[in-house]
Amino acid sequence: MSSASAPAASAPGVHVSEDVLQVVYRLAAAGLICLALTMLSENFAQVGNLLNVLRQASLLFFLASGLTLVVLTGGLDLSVGANIGLSACLAATAIKSTGSPMLGTLVGLGTGSLVGLANGLMVTGLRIPSFIATYGMLWVLHGITYYYMAGDTIHGFPAGFRQVGSGYVLGVPIPVYLMVVVLAAGMVFAQRTIWGQQIYALGANPVSARLSGIPVGRRLVLVYTLSGAMAGVASIVFLARLNSAEGDIGEAMTLPAIAAVLIGGTSLFGGVGTMFGTFVGALILTLVLNGMNLLSVNANWQPIVTGVILVAAVWLDLATRKRS
Amino acid sequence: MSEAVLAGPAAERPHPGLAWRAKTVPGVAVVLGLLIGLFAVFAPGFASPGNVSNILVQSTILLLLALPMTLVIMTEGLDLSMGAVVTVASVALALTVVSTQSLGLGLGVGLLVGAAFGLANGALVAGLSIPPFVATLGTLGVAQGLALVLSDGQSVVGIPRHVRELYSGSLLGLPIPVLIAAAAYLAFHVLLYWTRFGTYVVALGGNRDALTLAGVRWKRVLVGVYVLCGAMAGLAALLMTARINAGHPTAAIGLEFDAIAAAALGGTSFDRGNGWIFGTLLGVIAVGVLRNGLNLMAVPSSAQVACIGLLVILALFIDGLRSRRA
Repeated sequence: MSSASAPAASAPGVHVSEDVLQVVYRLAAAGLICLALTMLSENFAQVGNLLNVLRQASLLFFLASGLTLVVLTGGLDLSVGANIGLSACLAATAIKSTGSPMLGTLVGLGTGSLVGLANGLMVTGLRIPSFIATYGMLWVLHGITYYYMAGDTIHGFPAGFRQVGSGYVLGVPIPVYLMVVVLAAGMVFAQRTIWGQQIYALGANPVSARLSGIPVGRRLVLVYTLSGAMAGVASIVFLARLNSAEGDIGEAMTLPAIAAVLIGGTSLFGGVGTMFGTFVGALILTLVLNGMNLLSVNANWQPIVTGVILVAAVWLDLATRKRS
Repeated sequence: MSEAVLAGPAAERPHPGLAWRAKTVPGVAVVLGLLIGLFAVFAPGFASPGNVSNILVQSTILLLLALPMTLVIMTEGLDLSMGAVVTVASVALALTVVSTQSLGLGLGVGLLVGAAFGLANGALVAGLSIPPFVATLGTLGVAQGLALVLSDGQSVVGIPRHVRELYSGSLLGLPIPVLIAAAAYLAFHVLLYWTRFGTYVVALGGNRDALTLAGVRWKRVLVGVYVLCGAMAGLAALLMTARINAGHPTAAIGLEFDAIAAAALGGTSFDRGNGWIFGTLLGVIAVGVLRNGLNLMAVPSSAQVACIGLLVILALFIDGLRSRRA
């Protein structure tokens, strides 16, 4: 399966790249879910609700886009949710104490990136398996955040800052524009740059990547740092949307973010997957959760459904790969 | 530690003997010694007999979880769902004891719920070959949600007195939870070192193709390890429910981290399948001492979690150094 997904060949009716095919399947699945929800709930196919779905998907996609790069290298970042927590709380403090949303945003992005950098250094420098290193990081961040917040809530941010999360331009939520930008940048980075291609290569076969001269360690550090930075982006948008920060902000986001990546067809074993696939994965998961909301299913069922979908997605990936 | 010991014939034994294991003693023993020395000086009331028994009683639930976690890690797996499974089992058994007043029935329900989740984990990992940390992350979500659905987000209260005494009572002058934990420790020691199952568990951390060629049905063993994990989570849920006098829908969330930390501190390695039951016991006590000492120094629980996290990263770093030297 080629990682550098060539666009569908122009010759009629022949070769379509496997990556494109995988995304088409998933888009079809998303379409089916939409069709089903339209029939089940009259509130689904309203412009307001669809924009709401897109806005929720955008938060998930910020996290999932960074995670996609990590998973492409065959790793995992379990700390993204806890990273949102710390980044959002520190950013909130910065905004409250200096009154400058710009500075707060920088604090949020900086905290997220530094955490990611620490993850990258643990994985490459200390050679700790990524899921263990980031799992330890999860609880370190969780502890620091709760200790720092001591049960407090920081709320009430400047109206201009809140626009980032809840504002509209031309009737479309601002986070959706951000999502489009991140998606485009992510696709270009992964498919059209040397670094992106090196990430695919080292995920597909780390040994041959090293032998062909790819600086594996530095690319891994880059990938974990980007994942942390995207958690920082998510924390800012989340903060602006909620207009308040608590210790547990973002805690429930790790599972859906990982699920979105895997639903999107990125393989846990590295080297296979696309940024656009992750976008569709985030969309599918958000549609399902939104549908459960519209059908007034108790919100406690959401982690159950997300967990089942997560496992099913990995199983599907394994089953199709075994066949091919 | 003498090199002669390491080079001795014990190194060739299929069951790593005590002498061979001796090289992992210093890590966890030194950490434990340092912690005890530190808290004896800085934490008021740490070195009193009452507090020592406190630490032991408080470590029992963790030991019940860390023992099977050690086995899972030895198979190069992980069970992230354990805390959530304790929670859902605790809610289920609390609902049972409150309505039936029967301890036996409650225990049965707890074990059953735990074992069911363990079976699901085992089936996903062994049957469908899904990487353990993702499979158990999925069941974590399911267990967490189910605990909330079953309890409707509320604590299940009204646990009868005879159930509560399981945690607070004593038998022959010894606290009952300590007796239960001691029995569990002995059982795991026997299981790992004296039975065929244990031998296969040790072997699962190595070459699985070799096991297949040798005709070992190792997938069953792997499922068994995860079922054991779930069942022990059910047993721990009983002690947990007796301790907090309720079935609480988020009480045990994150407890698997302490269990993984204890096993990692005890020298169980994530990438080579080496594990050591006695090391895990020391690791559990080290985590218990750390939490107790920080409590006495009035450090909030959230900061304790961060300390344990740093301790684990340190332990893994040392583990990594060891493996490179070896």
